Amino acid sequence: MSEATTTLPGPTARALPLPARRVLLIPVLLFGLLALLPLAVALGLPSHWLTLVTRAMIFAIAALSLDLILGVGGLVSFGHAAFVGIGAYATGIMITEGLAETLLILPVVLAVCGVFGLVTGYVSLRTRGVTFIMITLAFGQMVYFLAQALSAYGGDDGLTLYQRSTLLGFDAFGNRIGFFYVVLGVLLACYLLVRVIVASRFGRVLRAARENATRVSVTGFQVPQVRLVAYVISGLIAGLSGFLLANQTEFVSPAFMSWPRSGELIFMVVLGGVGSLHGAIIGALAFLFAEDILAGWTEHWKVIFGPMIVLFVLFTRGGLVGLMRKLGAGRDD
Amino acid sequence: MTTGLLIVQILNGLQLGILLFLVAAGLTLVFGVMDFINLAHGVQYMLGAYLAVTFVGITGSFVLGLVLALAAALVIGLALEFLVFRHLYARDHLDQVLATFGLILLLNQGVKMIWGAAPLSVPVPAFLSGNVALLDGILYPTYRFALIGSGLAVGALLWFVVEKTRTGMLLRAGASNAPMVSALGVDINKLFMIVFAFGTMLAAFAGAMAAPILSVEPGMGDNILILAFVVIVVGGIGSIRGAFVGALIVGLVDTLGRSFMNDLLRLFMSAPSARAAGAALSSMLIYLVMAIVLFVRPEGLLPSKGRA
Amino acid sequence: MTEPVLALSGIQKAFGALKVTDGVSLSVSPGELHALIGPNGAGKTTLVHQISGMLRPDTGSIRFRGQDITGLSPERRARAGLARTFQITSTIPSLSVLENVALGAQARAVHPLALFRNAARDEALNAPAWAALEAVGLTERAHVLAGRLSHGEKRALEIAMALTLEPAAILLDEPLAGVGREEGERLIALLASLKGRYAMLLVEHDMEAVFALADSVSVLVYGRVIASGEPAAVRADPAVREAYLGEEG
Repeated sequence: MSEATTTLPGPTARALPLPARRVLLIPVLLFGLLALLPLAVALGLPSHWLTLVTRAMIFAIAALSLDLILGVGGLVSFGHAAFVGIGAYATGIMITEGLAETLLILPVVLAVCGVFGLVTGYVSLRTRGVTFIMITLAFGQMVYFLAQALSAYGGDDGLTLYQRSTLLGFDAFGNRIGFFYVVLGVLLACYLLVRVIVASRFGRVLRAARENATRVSVTGFQVPQVRLVAYVISGLIAGLSGFLLANQTEFVSPAFMSWPRSGELIFMVVLGGVGSLHGAIIGALAFLFAEDILAGWTEHWKVIFGPMIVLFVLFTRGGLVGLMRKLGAGRDD
Repeated sequence: MTTGLLIVQILNGLQLGILLFLVAAGLTLVFGVMDFINLAHGVQYMLGAYLAVTFVGITGSFVLGLVLALAAALVIGLALEFLVFRHLYARDHLDQVLATFGLILLLNQGVKMIWGAAPLSVPVPAFLSGNVALLDGILYPTYRFALIGSGLAVGALLWFVVEKTRTGMLLRAGASNAPMVSALGVDINKLFMIVFAFGTMLAAFAGAMAAPILSVEPGMGDNILILAFVVIVVGGIGSIRGAFVGALIVGLVDTLGRSFMNDLLRLFMSAPSARAAGAALSSMLIYLVMAIVLFVRPEGLLPSKGRA
Repeated sequence: MTEPVLALSGIQKAFGALKVTDGVSLSVSPGELHALIGPNGAGKTTLVHQISGMLRPDTGSIRFRGQDITGLSPERRARAGLARTFQITSTIPSLSVLENVALGAQARAVHPLALFRNAARDEALNAPAWAALEAVGLTERAHVLAGRLSHGEKRALEIAMALTLEPAAILLDEPLAGVGREEGERLIALLASLKGRYAMLLVEHDMEAVFALADSVSVLVYGRVIASGEPAAVRADPAVREAYLGEEG
């Protein structure tokens, strides 16, 4: 056999052919390339790339968190942008009120997102299928309207932040390159965290429930509880991305939690390859690049983007990672 | 808060409820029969309004413009069904959601390109202009009464078709068991197309009728769509009766909530706080109601029988 | 007389005017293989759903290991040691055979939902899984995705999944349905090997298998038990012959 094999423990120690090296190749390459980007910019790549990729990585964190519940758990949430927006607004409001310290802001972000996730998750997960999609959409909309109604914090026009968060009193996020690596670090940490969770006992139940919830419950697991925990975890990670987004744009607005934003997050996950985790990162990068390029051509870029999404859904399977697998598999034979 | 104001707001709530019913009925039918979640349904409402703007402008007659708008909306809807939706019935919900989302982006932008971004309107037709005097000397626009009335009439027509005709029977059968209906020799594709056409017409009719009193602008369908989702979730998926009850509840709660939340809160807090909290609370109110209904009855208030 | 592991008493269930279960009482002793037979539409699967907790009976009680479980959810019943297989195969297609079986071992572990413990390399879960696979003869297929198994192998997999729950009783809903001759014989041998170790309620159509394996037989017709007892006695019962066996000529 030409593929790497790993043996799993068992009485007769059978070998499981795992394409172990190939599975790791994509994420390693991905993070490696990202880490080298500032170097490339220093060597002549336009600095616009730095801003764009930072933004893309922030959305990648949100898309990654969505992949946990959507790709792995099979829960199609159309309100995920709400968590990003809540994180961003919590950050923006605290900074506006003079509390710019990250160590104060983060616990608040996580607490608010956690409570929101628990309450809306509990109600939403009592339903299934299409109803779940509709309810998450409605809850996302609720948060959007709430943000619009906050006239003290900009209302519909949004809120400009006069500074970024500080870390232990220092202006840690002010330097563009420094901030890039902070975001990259958070992305890497979240990616590893989600991978560990998916491979864990908890993750196995979540994965299994996606395909056959009945079987999982007659085995003795409480499926709604498992899904709720996953939902809250994904909400916390998305809230974290909102904190980073507020810092990058130095601006928060209700548009951060609009339902088209939730739709875009879903598209990023699907574009990259549902359930693959690093696919969500690739999808976010691809999406933001495409948006950047198209928006440069015409103000009506959505008229091109919309059909692209439709065609993508109609004619492809497995997203970009699926495509890479097919290309890779061809070479191995 | 006077009785007169209360009556006016109740009527406004009914009017919103009727509009929501027309949009939600088509959506829940399509979902119930074809298991197809169509996010672009709101766009059909929007198209009805824009087409009304154009055709009423061209013909100068409200009724003629309305009829032409409905016809054009039907053609566009069927074209979309043929080009896109038909290929999604067999796909999973995620694919359907994403593809119809793409359609919304396309059509919202397309509408902006063709009609411009500025809000448009349709003049209230002469024969329906003016007001009706209610008690207390309150005047209520005749047109809004006409809207409520025509919506109820369409609702009655829908009820008649679904409960009393052969097509309706096939619809109800298809809603609970499409493969079996197909095995009985009924052309399931034609049935789906009829259901879809119904849904489109209802939404376009609602949009066209709403055009004289709401502002016609890109994205107007999106809010209505999400409220329609709340209606369906509250009323029960696949259930037209549920859509009716849900729509009235949502329409009334939303309208009355917005009008009187401020006054209600002023009983407890100062005027500026009441205004801020009131604005926030009234926009969230309908979603809180939805959450409570779901907490108590996850399947909705009047779920259609026979659905798992 | 030892106390039965599973005891149904006066179970009634109606869907509207249709009585699907009409006063069913039966019991299964430890190690006993109790077969439940009856014509199509007799309500056998509905009864199994009620025992496993997926349907709630209108009246009547179900006792399991001395405890009243009538009001318990399927999850709690599984935890209490009641396992089942499904008439229409219900496995997790995209997980491997080993993982499917390890899931049962996981449910019985001290930390079944640990967030940070790798599941695939967990010896505490895999060891019992391998044992179950050996018992049903699927060790060669351990790393194959469950969705790729043959029909007969899937039926064996379901039994292995029941075994890792360390059950006191197993409900088997037509395990031989749709299985070919050779695989059927292997499944029958498997069930025979499990006899005595687990209380089993076997719903089946295959009469040869039933009378070869069963310690006792109950016959369900239109939701009522019309005969119950030793296989030979039930076979000879005229009411049974008429209502059921008689129909087959």
